[in-house]
Amino acid sequence: MAEITLVEAVNLALARAMSEDKDVLLLGEDIGVNGGVFRATNGLQARFGRERVIDTPLAEGGIAGVAVGMAAMGLKPVAEIQFSGFIYPAIDQIINHASRMRNRTRGRLACPMVLRSPCGAGIHAPEHHSESPEAMFAHMPGLRVVAPSSPARAYGLLLASVRDPDPVIFLEPTRLYRLFRQEVEDDGVELPLDACFILREGADATVVTWGAMVPETLAAAEKLEEEGVMIEVIDVATLKPLDVETILRSVEKTGRCVIVHEAPRTAGFGAEVAAEIAERALYSLLAPIKRVTGYDVVVPLAKLEKQYIPSVDRIIDGVRQVMEAS
Amino acid sequence: MGNIEMGFDLHMDLVQLLSPSGEISKAASKSAKDIERLVRFYRAMTRTRIFDNKAISLQRTGQLGTFASALGQEAIGVGAAAAMEERDVLVPSYRDHAAQFYRGMAMSECLLYWGGDERGSDFKNARGDFPNCVPVATQAPQAVGAAYALMARKEDRVVVTFIGDGGTSNGAFYEALNMAGVWKTPVVFIINNNGWAISTPRELESAAETLAQKGVAAGVEGRQVDGNDVIAVHEVVRRAIDKARSGGGPTLIEALTYRLGDHTTADDASRYRDPEVVRAQWTREPISRLRAYLVSEGAWSKEQEAELHKECAEEVDREVAAYLNASPLNCDAMFEHLYAKLPDTLQWQREEARRFAQRSANGNGNGHG
Repeated sequence: MAEITLVEAVNLALARAMSEDKDVLLLGEDIGVNGGVFRATNGLQARFGRERVIDTPLAEGGIAGVAVGMAAMGLKPVAEIQFSGFIYPAIDQIINHASRMRNRTRGRLACPMVLRSPCGAGIHAPEHHSESPEAMFAHMPGLRVVAPSSPARAYGLLLASVRDPDPVIFLEPTRLYRLFRQEVEDDGVELPLDACFILREGADATVVTWGAMVPETLAAAEKLEEEGVMIEVIDVATLKPLDVETILRSVEKTGRCVIVHEAPRTAGFGAEVAAEIAERALYSLLAPIKRVTGYDVVVPLAKLEKQYIPSVDRIIDGVRQVMEAS
Repeated sequence: MGNIEMGFDLHMDLVQLLSPSGEISKAASKSAKDIERLVRFYRAMTRTRIFDNKAISLQRTGQLGTFASALGQEAIGVGAAAAMEERDVLVPSYRDHAAQFYRGMAMSECLLYWGGDERGSDFKNARGDFPNCVPVATQAPQAVGAAYALMARKEDRVVVTFIGDGGTSNGAFYEALNMAGVWKTPVVFIINNNGWAISTPRELESAAETLAQKGVAAGVEGRQVDGNDVIAVHEVVRRAIDKARSGGGPTLIEALTYRLGDHTTADDASRYRDPEVVRAQWTREPISRLRAYLVSEGAWSKEQEAELHKECAEEVDREVAAYLNASPLNCDAMFEHLYAKLPDTLQWQREEARRFAQRSANGNGNGHG
């Protein structure tokens, strides 16, 4: 077993999926010889050939549309959108076709595709490279939305996403691509696409988060422990369909909840989590729910991105607010 | 400007084998004049037109939703579909039921679709064909992806996709054409140029002299054909399909026709076009043109015409009855095929839909119950 980074885990899962199913193929910009701008597909074209690792023309809408057509014919395409800011032209194909092909043909045709994209800020990238678009996709019926936060979860969730018979939006946090290493066994074992992960147990407050904000939240948990506050950290990981039950059980235990995400606040996915808790666990709450999110601003360029991304300090502050209330 | 080597003819000469008055061209091959086949085309085009008339009257009497008629454009669908093998894949737009019927789609399925019932896209025949595509041009890259899949699996199948003249203004069309050119996918793009994108005339869609030439920049052969001449459409599409099947890559075919009807039943074309122009276009329409030729060849009589109309009317009546008598849709249908397996989060939503559907059925659905 080797210690690998999140981006290497993505590569490992793709290689595994391709070697076990000849219908799996990859397409995207610069993913072949170059191995992808983040090297997520490094070496895969040499191993699986140009027909299965396709360097596409530069057209994101076209890439998504081609993937829909391939998937409807029974292939399992994994399309890469190079940066999250370029994912918007693909949304037409995802919302109008990928997410409803099965429904509108009563199951005659389906769309077993994965749309992978790096997302989030924090790597000093140029404009339009730092978006967090998960809420838009989570709003669309018929999709699955997945956001891994560790090498092991990236491996298991991506394998499950490729094998899943429905379209999956797989959002990889660029900030975590090479942040840390973890032992990942290439055993082909997938992780469930409909379950939250409790990363740390605690009785005082529940902190719900996903993707790039997981490391900051875990760091906040360490510091809060020093103050004697034990928080339960839930990594949602699969935003759609949302495993509400795990979140509700935790909130019923702790009575306090903070939701942390990098995307802007208004109509962010945190609002959905908060609404579910309010509808179904309101009387368990000892304090109002608190959201710690990106501000409702355009995600800033490199100089200000650290002040945009919720910091460990802000998360701790949020937890203190729910602890002090009631 | 230097000469460009394209590897194919840059001529955009309009291919026409049957004149508007029904005279056959000397260029027509013996097989193009195969009377048995032409009678089959004639019957198929007539069948589509009789269906269209009925569908419009169903809409006018509140028995069908918005409907897009193919009036005047029957030759494109029939000529193209007849050039396809059953195993090939059709990726349609939303006005292509002439082709879909030829490939075995039941009229009742077409009616279910426009009548607001997803079961209309669960075709009994041609089950690999894509459903109608309403967001204009989005079907084009899908057709390329489907063709790539067939090519990758080394299947002896090709894809034929339709798009309107307006659709060729859309980026998705150019992206698809470009990718098809690079990958040499076995796909035939057919532009149904009926002159109108709802109220927008062809000249406001593009300054290009032909839409066929849009293939040139993508390295894709473009051809222009008289879309009201079913013989020419069939010949040109058949050649493009043969080329695709033998690894020769994609072709872009612009078929010139005219939308004799409104855009859909929700449209009133008299607001934006001169009825005189439309009347003049009736002299070019595809069905009377082919009938004139068949009659001149002694291959079609008044009796056969009357018999065909009777047959078609009977079929339409049967299919309308099948549509109107389709089993009612249960509210479960909204949830049934959303995912391969309904996620837990949707179970209670389905329960709620069931509960309120039941209350509505019990007469308690007025909000005061």
